[in-house]
Amino acid sequence: MSKILIRGAKVLGGEPQDVLIDGSTIAEVGVGLSDEGAEVVEAAGKVLLPGLVDLHTHLREPGREDSETVLTGTRAAASGGYTAVFAMANTFPVADTAGVVEQVYRLGQEHGYCDVQPIGAVTVGLEGKKLAELGAMHESAAGVTVFSDDGKCVDDAVIMRRALEYVKAFGGVVAQHAQEPRLTEGAQMNEGIVSAELGLGGWPAVAEESIIARDVLLAEHVGSRVHICHLSTAGSVEIVRWAKSRGIDVTAEVTPHHLLLTDELVRTYNPVYKVNPPLRTEQDVLALREALADGTIDIVATDHAPHPHEDKDCEWAAAAMGMVGLETALSVVQETMVETGLLDWAGVAERMSVTPARIGRAAGHGRPVSAGEPANLTLVDTEYRGSVDPEGFASRSRNTPYEGRELPGRVTHTWLRGKATLVDGKLT
Amino acid sequence: MQRHLISAADLTRDDAVLILDTAEEMARVADRPIKKLPTLRGRTIVNLFFEDSTRTRISFEAAEKRLSADVINFTAKGSSVSKGESLKDTAQTLEAMGVDAVVIRHGASGAPYRLANSGWIDAAVINAGDGTHQHPTQALLDAFTMRRRLVGRDAGLGQDLSGKRITIVGDVLHSRVARSNVDLLHTLGAEVTLVAPPTLVPVGVETWPCEVAYDLDGTLAKSDAVMMLRVQRERMNAAFFPTEREYSRRYGLDGDRMARMPEHAIVMHPGPMVRGMEITAEVADSDRCTVVEQVANGVSIRMAVLYLLLGGNEPAVSHTRIEEK
Repeated sequence: MSKILIRGAKVLGGEPQDVLIDGSTIAEVGVGLSDEGAEVVEAAGKVLLPGLVDLHTHLREPGREDSETVLTGTRAAASGGYTAVFAMANTFPVADTAGVVEQVYRLGQEHGYCDVQPIGAVTVGLEGKKLAELGAMHESAAGVTVFSDDGKCVDDAVIMRRALEYVKAFGGVVAQHAQEPRLTEGAQMNEGIVSAELGLGGWPAVAEESIIARDVLLAEHVGSRVHICHLSTAGSVEIVRWAKSRGIDVTAEVTPHHLLLTDELVRTYNPVYKVNPPLRTEQDVLALREALADGTIDIVATDHAPHPHEDKDCEWAAAAMGMVGLETALSVVQETMVETGLLDWAGVAERMSVTPARIGRAAGHGRPVSAGEPANLTLVDTEYRGSVDPEGFASRSRNTPYEGRELPGRVTHTWLRGKATLVDGKLT
Repeated sequence: MQRHLISAADLTRDDAVLILDTAEEMARVADRPIKKLPTLRGRTIVNLFFEDSTRTRISFEAAEKRLSADVINFTAKGSSVSKGESLKDTAQTLEAMGVDAVVIRHGASGAPYRLANSGWIDAAVINAGDGTHQHPTQALLDAFTMRRRLVGRDAGLGQDLSGKRITIVGDVLHSRVARSNVDLLHTLGAEVTLVAPPTLVPVGVETWPCEVAYDLDGTLAKSDAVMMLRVQRERMNAAFFPTEREYSRRYGLDGDRMARMPEHAIVMHPGPMVRGMEITAEVADSDRCTVVEQVANGVSIRMAVLYLLLGGNEPAVSHTRIEEK
């Protein structure tokens, strides 16, 4: 592989520097580096970040290839600046065996747009009854370290306790979809002022908060680590803050859409806004931003949930839950966190690359931009302004809540171990 | 007037009064030997019912036929809401047939709104009840009934319900009737109090333009109308209240309670009534109970709504009067 010189990029938003990639690693970082024998990428004014890592992606393969495949999903990831994604287990068949996770892992390697790290199911078939073969998935070629029944909550306290205990043997983590099932029967949107008016079944904040409270206490009791998926309420923030202050080993993620959108949008009855957990209130959104800024919430994860058009072009109650997110995540974070002054670009790198890689044990990702490190990098034109056009998405699905909305910033280049996957905004 | 009628909240005071006044004119048609106007001749209206409701469908159908519209009844019960293209596909089929208006009843809140706003269809959309959201013609017929009884049939023309105190009792949480009535009665200047066990009041009700009380007896003496809502028996299994008897003791309307209402006050119910639980037979059959009038008024209101949405600019009234000469 040849040399690439990224010239004059603001590394982590700092002073302009040159970054020389040689093969799969970063050879040198400095000012005025020689471009001899190197392909030059002029990056003046742009921000260079370590390749983004998404701890929460739905790639749909196997089983729902009409929504997304490992190929289309990883191309979407590369477009969004990601070099590694963790693929959720709720496929058909469910990723609850070594065979399925190895298949997904290998497809990612073959396609070469983005490392795919499968997440294993906690329980067989996501049914919440019986632990899946967590150890076998960990020992497989996929090396699974994150386990989740995402889409469903591991609501049985005993099963959750056992899972937390069991994964300690190999440093795994259980990522919980916190949703008390009885409190959310028939739930269609956030329970509150808007649901009361619209007559849509309410998904109360307490259904999330009560599970988080239980799980941090379980994690404390058995001395394990737990990760909270797509935390969405101000009350959840308070519980995680309390747990961390107590020394409990808990991490949490927030999605871009929960940082930007509120349940007021449901008044349109447009199912593009239907997501689980649901869009919450302005007060929740502000609390989530604060918590992401102060580190109570550790990371941003997309919960990229592709659905075919027909699953959204219908009445609200019949529609599937979820939004695509890989290709807009960084823009939303720029708008909600950077341009509001809550985070600088180093902070963004921490929350969208370094920490998710650490939580998921993704070796080679989320590393410093310095000599000797793997060349997993993302170059962002932060000055760019434009409206979102789903027709241009690499994802197979178009269910974005941002269609036609102006968002700042655009990923222009992505390198996976020195190989360009995105050049000037175009996939290779 | 707007092009569609999706929610009672979309109506201004003047819109609502115009509908009520127009309904008074329509009501006169019912008193004539030939109960028919040529107003909507050549127009096609589809009653698209995804959920059973014989009463509402017949009421719309009577209204449509009295206005001489061509009526198509489409009962889509059982067609899957789980695979929701059925609504879109059905809508487009109707559109292709050149339908002028769709009266839709659907189990999912927001389905009529989607039908009206998603570009699937050009026809006027009238919400005949969606999930636990809205049932605007029900609220209009209730307001019409109240205005006739509490203001007067002729004295009421041009008037709203300013200062009237209305108490709505029962399963507010699951009731599109309650939601529609709160919106419309507030627009018309009435003061509304909702009375229910706390389990049957939605979280978020505090922003509604009404009071909320848990005690029925405390509200009776100052009510001009008491509207009882239907309580479905399956609510009991979901622990919304302990037993049918306890519900009846605390929130049922019997003769003793009715006696505590002011003399002029009326008892209303959208029907069908569960006698013995939410309302006793003694109350249901009394002169103060307007259930049967509400049914008759429903036809007049639906005629008025269809006329105003579809009938063009000339007033319906002049049509009828010219013919009467």
